[in-house]
Amino acid sequence: MSTPQTKPVDPIIETESLVEERISVASNWTLVWWRFRKHHLAMASAAILMALYAIVLCPDFFSTQDPEFTEARQAFIPVQGVNFFDEGRLDPWVPAIVGKRNPVTLRMEWRTDPSQKVRVGFFVPGTEYKVLGLFKSNLHLIGSRDQSQRIFLLGSDRLGRDQWSRIMHGTQTSMTIGLVAVTLSVILGIVLGGISGYFGGWIDQFIQRLIELLQSVPTIPVWLALSAALPREWTPIQVFFAITIILSLIGWTTLGREVRGHFLALREEDFVLAAELAGCSRARIILRHMVPTFLSHIIATSSLAIPAMIINETSLSFLGLGIRPPAISWGVLLQEAQNIQTLALAPWLLIPGLLVIVAVLAFNLVGDGLRDASDPYSK
Amino acid sequence: MTASHSVDTKQPLLQIRDLRKFFPITAGVFNKTVGHVRAVDDVSFDVFEGETLGLVGESGCGKTTTSRCILRAVDPTSGQILFRRKNDEIVDLAKLTREELQPLRAEIQMIFQDPFGSLNPRMTLFDNVGEPLLVNGMTNRAERTDRVADLLKLVGLRPEFMHRFPHAFSGGQRQRIGIARALSTNPRLVVADEPVSALDVSVQAQVLNLLLELQKRLGLTFLFVAHDLSVVRHISDRVAVMYVGQLVELAPTKTLFSRPRHPYTSALMRAVPVPDPRIPVGEVTLKGEVPSPANPPTGCYFHPRCRFATDRCKVEAPALREPTPGHFVRCHFADELDLTTAF
Amino acid sequence: MTAPLLSVRDLHVTFGLDEGSVRAVDGVSFDVLPGQVVGIVGESGCGKSVTMRSILQLVDEPGRIKQGEILYRMPGVDGQPETVVDLTKLAKRGPQMRAIRGAEIALIPQEPMAAFSPVHTVGDQIIEAIQLHHRQWRPDGSGLSRAEAREIVVDLFRDVGISMPDQRVDAYSWQLSGGLRQRAMIAMALSCKPRLLIADEPTTAIDVTTQAQVLALLRELQRKYGTAIIFITHDLGVIAQMANSVVVMYLGRVAEQGPVDAIFHAPKHPYTRALLRSIPSIVGQTQVALPTIAGTLPHPFNRPSGCPYHPRCDERKGPECAARVPSLKPVDQGQSVSCFLHHDSSDTQ
Repeated sequence: MSTPQTKPVDPIIETESLVEERISVASNWTLVWWRFRKHHLAMASAAILMALYAIVLCPDFFSTQDPEFTEARQAFIPVQGVNFFDEGRLDPWVPAIVGKRNPVTLRMEWRTDPSQKVRVGFFVPGTEYKVLGLFKSNLHLIGSRDQSQRIFLLGSDRLGRDQWSRIMHGTQTSMTIGLVAVTLSVILGIVLGGISGYFGGWIDQFIQRLIELLQSVPTIPVWLALSAALPREWTPIQVFFAITIILSLIGWTTLGREVRGHFLALREEDFVLAAELAGCSRARIILRHMVPTFLSHIIATSSLAIPAMIINETSLSFLGLGIRPPAISWGVLLQEAQNIQTLALAPWLLIPGLLVIVAVLAFNLVGDGLRDASDPYSK
Repeated sequence: MTASHSVDTKQPLLQIRDLRKFFPITAGVFNKTVGHVRAVDDVSFDVFEGETLGLVGESGCGKTTTSRCILRAVDPTSGQILFRRKNDEIVDLAKLTREELQPLRAEIQMIFQDPFGSLNPRMTLFDNVGEPLLVNGMTNRAERTDRVADLLKLVGLRPEFMHRFPHAFSGGQRQRIGIARALSTNPRLVVADEPVSALDVSVQAQVLNLLLELQKRLGLTFLFVAHDLSVVRHISDRVAVMYVGQLVELAPTKTLFSRPRHPYTSALMRAVPVPDPRIPVGEVTLKGEVPSPANPPTGCYFHPRCRFATDRCKVEAPALREPTPGHFVRCHFADELDLTTAF
Repeated sequence: MTAPLLSVRDLHVTFGLDEGSVRAVDGVSFDVLPGQVVGIVGESGCGKSVTMRSILQLVDEPGRIKQGEILYRMPGVDGQPETVVDLTKLAKRGPQMRAIRGAEIALIPQEPMAAFSPVHTVGDQIIEAIQLHHRQWRPDGSGLSRAEAREIVVDLFRDVGISMPDQRVDAYSWQLSGGLRQRAMIAMALSCKPRLLIADEPTTAIDVTTQAQVLALLRELQRKYGTAIIFITHDLGVIAQMANSVVVMYLGRVAEQGPVDAIFHAPKHPYTRALLRSIPSIVGQTQVALPTIAGTLPHPFNRPSGCPYHPRCDERKGPECAARVPSLKPVDQGQSVSCFLHHDSSDTQ
């Protein structure tokens, strides 16, 4: 057979505008982005998440001081609000805190004294830290200009540690654990769900029964048991990874089901048959033709799974079974707010809980936006 | 028994012999097989080089399953699918494993019905049309670009479109893209499964013209599966009619339409609405519905709906015979009945 | 001449999308006389389905009827004279529209599987409709008992050619074969004695031999009950068999309308002519190139100026085709066409 000649058969008249040209060369991801962009709440939430992950990259830069610095005499200092203007000039300051011991309860009672101003600066030098463990810096986004004076933007806890700085470090742990655990679940879900959906037969049966088994196990007792099994002498890093793996071992099942469903539906699609008839290998059909088709759906679903992971981690740590001090996570911080008396005295210790809510909401909204946007052909 | 002797002197490119495809019906907890859907039930025919064989029938008649067996998208239960390769070597597609089929894929391609589902929505035209080229060894991107450009021009699309995604195109244009993909590997046999039934009337004419033109230019052989008799009549050299998994009649197009020998063929032709209000609407000759291939009637599968059925038809299944050369029919009374239609 | 039962006047329906607004129906007018079958033909995107949905006030968001009237002649109740209501003025979900939908104007949808609920028997669903619109059977408003309604359904099933109607009434839709389901759907549509039936591609999803049976049934029932039918299809063969008059639509406008014989044997609009030429006939020459309509349907955001068909027209008259929109003008006995070839180019809209 010779190469076909290239004289066109019945050419088609063009009637198109520039807008269409732009759409017609837009890949799936571009279309998803165009749709996502229209979702204002999701866009705002995405901005919040980006800010949170900026903190994850370098919590020390955002901290005002060393989160572990303990000073018992400065326990339960309330929130010091930042004033940006002083006598009409831009010159941020916080009012100083003066304490007086109550002669009856023998407890320190703090009050702000606006007459004494502690000058606050941006990009000020402070405690030294390493950026991503690579290079040293002592620059902080915000801090007291006078290094001998500590500031407590979100108050201090019972050991006099600065809650602002601790939240920055807690953010790093909690947000990372959510992301890593979901990534592991996605990998497990795609591999196991894919095997189940593509090959079918007994292996499908086996994986489906495994998923049912895992889903029927009550999660909290399992976590309790698994965490209790973690050796006490493990370093916080080891505990961190162990918790992540535990979370993802249980979390992959929903995704696995979804991936299987996608495979089952796609097996019947004409373009998959076309790939088969073209002579594509099995691996190529799966990786080139099937997975990219539902990847955007999977990403949307995963972004909805991250908040669940964050909540799980927070609950575990709150119960003292997850991340253990001296590591800091949102759950560990909330442990400080475990008793009513402390809460009455220092309500600001609940602020980490607020952050959990914000992060979870943001993830959910972004996930919803992504899910709506991920199917640009559904119109 | 087989439709192998034709008035045509051309060599058969494809010979189907006693093809069967039964799908098991399972029930119960242990998936016990309780019966079979006889989707394709003892079908034999030839497709000659350079011709278009139309395969018609109503839904559930097995025409699609037959075509999928030839493409080995479905594994036949029994029978032979003999395909003559470029080097005149004859292979039985029914017996080959997935790996053995791989080199043959390029020679047998398919055009799909649904112009929306048959293209990968996440791939540009270049990737969609170029995929068969790539997996068949054309790894040089520049070479592939040239070939895809040629193919797009061939089917009447501008080569500049190659970096667009399928969503930018209308149904008719997508069908052209699908045709370009099917032709990319220089196939010899093209199985077209209802290629125009999802298209609007005016677009349908464009695509039919394109297929006719391409066949003339490239010497393609088409197996054209469709339910629309006027379309099949327009494009085919010979037409095969299927009913409940069986081939009931096969003849050159003109013969079949002017002198059908099977009552079903005749009824099918009468049922087609003619786009002319002056032609009086004929009486509805075919009552009832197509029986289920899971539970076909005894004897001749058509007897419960046949105007001419006798007691013999109820018990004895007719064989496929060749009363006149090149005209095959599965009816006991093919020689006696006068079924000349009003056309 | 008898007064029309339904009169669509200069209907405009637009869909406001993010990318811009789409004029799906752009000035459509036609009449349906009592007891007449009007066929609406056109290719996808011609606005035939949107027109049909507008009549039933079922246009989905973001679609809006921008302009025009849909005048329906309501029968007089209790000796009252007939009234003409403009359906576009009625609230979509208001009591008046609900009374008209199903009772006065019924719909036979394309996919009968989707039209019946799988959890109720077919009979129950029709009985419910009959009891809801009981005035259609008992104009005195006395209501119908379940048993009475069931009797009506059994009779209807017999009328539409369903064998063993007593038993089939208690079947679920998924237990019926495609042809029976389509017949049950027709029975449902007729159950409230509508005066106008809208059949939206009722035979597209079924096989040709079943189609022949269903079309024969519709013709017979139409004669028997004298129901007017709007028959929407893309199949010119079906139109030729079914319709008394035909409306040919292109890009949201009526290209041509007239008696069925005139449309098929003396088409005036170049689009109608091209469309008729492009179908492969069961009697014509085979394996020759079919005459086609050049080009493709323009994108909805890109409506051509002037006559919407002019970029593809092979009988274009001159620059006025691109400049002005031709209005629908009568050319012959009951036949009107919107094309400058057939009227003075000063007749614009």
